[in-house]
Amino acid sequence: MSVESMTLVKAINSGLRRAMEGDDHVLVMGEDVGKLGGVFRVTDGLQKDFGDARVIDTPLAESGIIGTAVGLALRGYRPVCEIQFDGFVFPGYDQIVSQVAKMHFRSGGRLRLPIVIRIPYGGSIGAVEHHSESPEAYFAHTPGLKVVTCSNPADAYWMIQQAVTADDPVVFFEPKRRYYEKGDVDLDSADSVPPLESARVAAPGTDVTVAAYGPMVKTCLEAAAAAADEGRSLEVVDLRSLSPLDLTPVVESVRRTGRLVVVHEAQRTLGIGAEVAARVTEECFYSLEAPVQRVTGYDTPYPSARVEEEYLPDLDRVLDAVDRTFAF
Amino acid sequence: MTVETAAGPAGSAPPEPELVQLLTPEGQRVPHDRYDALIADVGPHDIREMYRDLVLARRIDSEAVALQRQGELGLWPSLLGQEAAQVGSARALRAHDHVFPTYREHGVALCRGVDPLRLLALFRGVDQGTWDTVGSRFHLYTIVIGAQTLHATGYAMGVQRDGAIGTGDPDRDTAVVAYFGDGATSQGDVNEAFIWASVTNAPVVFFCQNNQWAISEPLERQTRVPLYKRAGGFGFPGVRVDGNDVLACLAVSREALQRARDGEGPTLVEAFTYRMGAHTTSDDPTRYRLDAELEHWKLKDPIERVKAYMVRNDIADQAFFDDLTAQADELAERLRTQCRELPDPEPTSIFDHVYVEPTPQLVAQRDEMARYLDSFADQEVAR
Repeated sequence: MSVESMTLVKAINSGLRRAMEGDDHVLVMGEDVGKLGGVFRVTDGLQKDFGDARVIDTPLAESGIIGTAVGLALRGYRPVCEIQFDGFVFPGYDQIVSQVAKMHFRSGGRLRLPIVIRIPYGGSIGAVEHHSESPEAYFAHTPGLKVVTCSNPADAYWMIQQAVTADDPVVFFEPKRRYYEKGDVDLDSADSVPPLESARVAAPGTDVTVAAYGPMVKTCLEAAAAAADEGRSLEVVDLRSLSPLDLTPVVESVRRTGRLVVVHEAQRTLGIGAEVAARVTEECFYSLEAPVQRVTGYDTPYPSARVEEEYLPDLDRVLDAVDRTFAF
Repeated sequence: MTVETAAGPAGSAPPEPELVQLLTPEGQRVPHDRYDALIADVGPHDIREMYRDLVLARRIDSEAVALQRQGELGLWPSLLGQEAAQVGSARALRAHDHVFPTYREHGVALCRGVDPLRLLALFRGVDQGTWDTVGSRFHLYTIVIGAQTLHATGYAMGVQRDGAIGTGDPDRDTAVVAYFGDGATSQGDVNEAFIWASVTNAPVVFFCQNNQWAISEPLERQTRVPLYKRAGGFGFPGVRVDGNDVLACLAVSREALQRARDGEGPTLVEAFTYRMGAHTTSDDPTRYRLDAELEHWKLKDPIERVKAYMVRNDIADQAFFDDLTAQADELAERLRTQCRELPDPEPTSIFDHVYVEPTPQLVAQRDEMARYLDSFADQEVAR
């Protein structure tokens, strides 16, 4: 068994490398992904090893990146597009929502677009505007797209490979504040890797269910550790797949705990948390001891860096919400 | 208001640029230093077949307009007036060249062997395009203006990566065509496609049918320079051709396509034509343009000039024209009948192809819909 400790950036890089080795129709394309290796170095070294026909430094235009990826996919390629930052995906939004998401549907299943759109997302990096956003709900609201997000290096390594081999288009959100945090990755565990579209229990518990994804999973695990010190047991579920949304472990958990807190960085209204709350209410109405609590960003544009920590959910806000579930 | 050109103040506007024209509106074949050679092989048989395409394209179109008026189609975007641009460019294609159309390319579809019934099905609302895009090498209609130019460019980048250009093997070298209109040239996607194609030297031909109108907006709302001249700024050649001259469109397209196949990169072709009908059956052009303009363009009809040329040069006799009329009637009759017989889709079929494999949520929603619809089954029987 080959277990390596690596950063999340390195895990995606290694996963991409393995995907490119496995299928010479896999391409990487985006702004600065070649010689520079991407602004976060996720694609570091790929152009050197796979050449500039497969690792393409594109012109600076996101609609062009996605639109040409559509054409490449129609020709039989599997493009992995990098959007440099979350807030820059919107020039490509029309191509993603109107073209990528619908091609399989509108062609009656004749045309497939196995495209991966990688988007570093989320805040807490002290950045200027448009560099810290969480636009996942826009995409999860769009039928035809799969939307997934990893929270740790091991998932990152496997999920990016699963996304590349998927025959549906996948929007792959990467928690950029966790990019340089390390974790163990078992490089040979292919047989035991869960499906791309599945949630999983990140930490078992008995008193309250906490559902989170991407950058907030670690925050919630820390909250669970803190709660344990106070004698309260949190079960943390890493949703991983936002579309389709796999609530199986959440529902199973809430039936035991009767309490649910949903946590995400994105703004609250009509976010993933709203959908989780609605579905858990449908499925677990008689098990719930308290209303589903949401811990999220506020319904404002992403704020300036000096106040972003007050905007973002953190350990204390998660525990505060846990307390609220016991107030009923 | 008179719109000045970018070149100078009012009164000093440069003359309209020359069109490549090989067949005058009166049906006179005029020589051209550059393009005569490109159609030197085109004989009487080819002329007759292109004339057949023109006539059938127009007949499909007029039949579709009639079907819409009878309530059989939800909408129809007429190609009336643009037959030569479409047939001329499409007949320049080889079998393995790939086409990315707008929603008005019915004449190109005809030339690519797509059954016009499939086009009617789309506008009837029974599907969203189900022809064989791989076999016909004719992609689905794209409704969002200009989006397909990026798809064409990406596809052409794939052709490059497959080594299917510049080999000199006519069965291997492949060109890609993006069709779009004058309105689309204002879209970001079209400009991005120009940039991508230019810097990657992609084997793509940008075939712009400048039909003078984007619904109600005339060309001067989109541009202050002739459209074909924009290519220069992006770093590849642009040419303006008489879009109502099927021979000129054939010649210019052949040149551009061969450049692409040879690995010499993109070309912008501006086919200068006219949308003689409404934008779609929902449009009313009397609100924004003068009859006189339409009358002027009727004199440049793309089909009449070919007929005049054929008659004058004994390329076809009356029997040919009679047979063609009968063929068009037969096609129209078949389309009329088959269009009306197109079955509505099963409601639950909407869940079938959202993803390659249906998600658990979609399976649940499909069951929910089926149960709901089944709940009316008793009432159906009672009636």
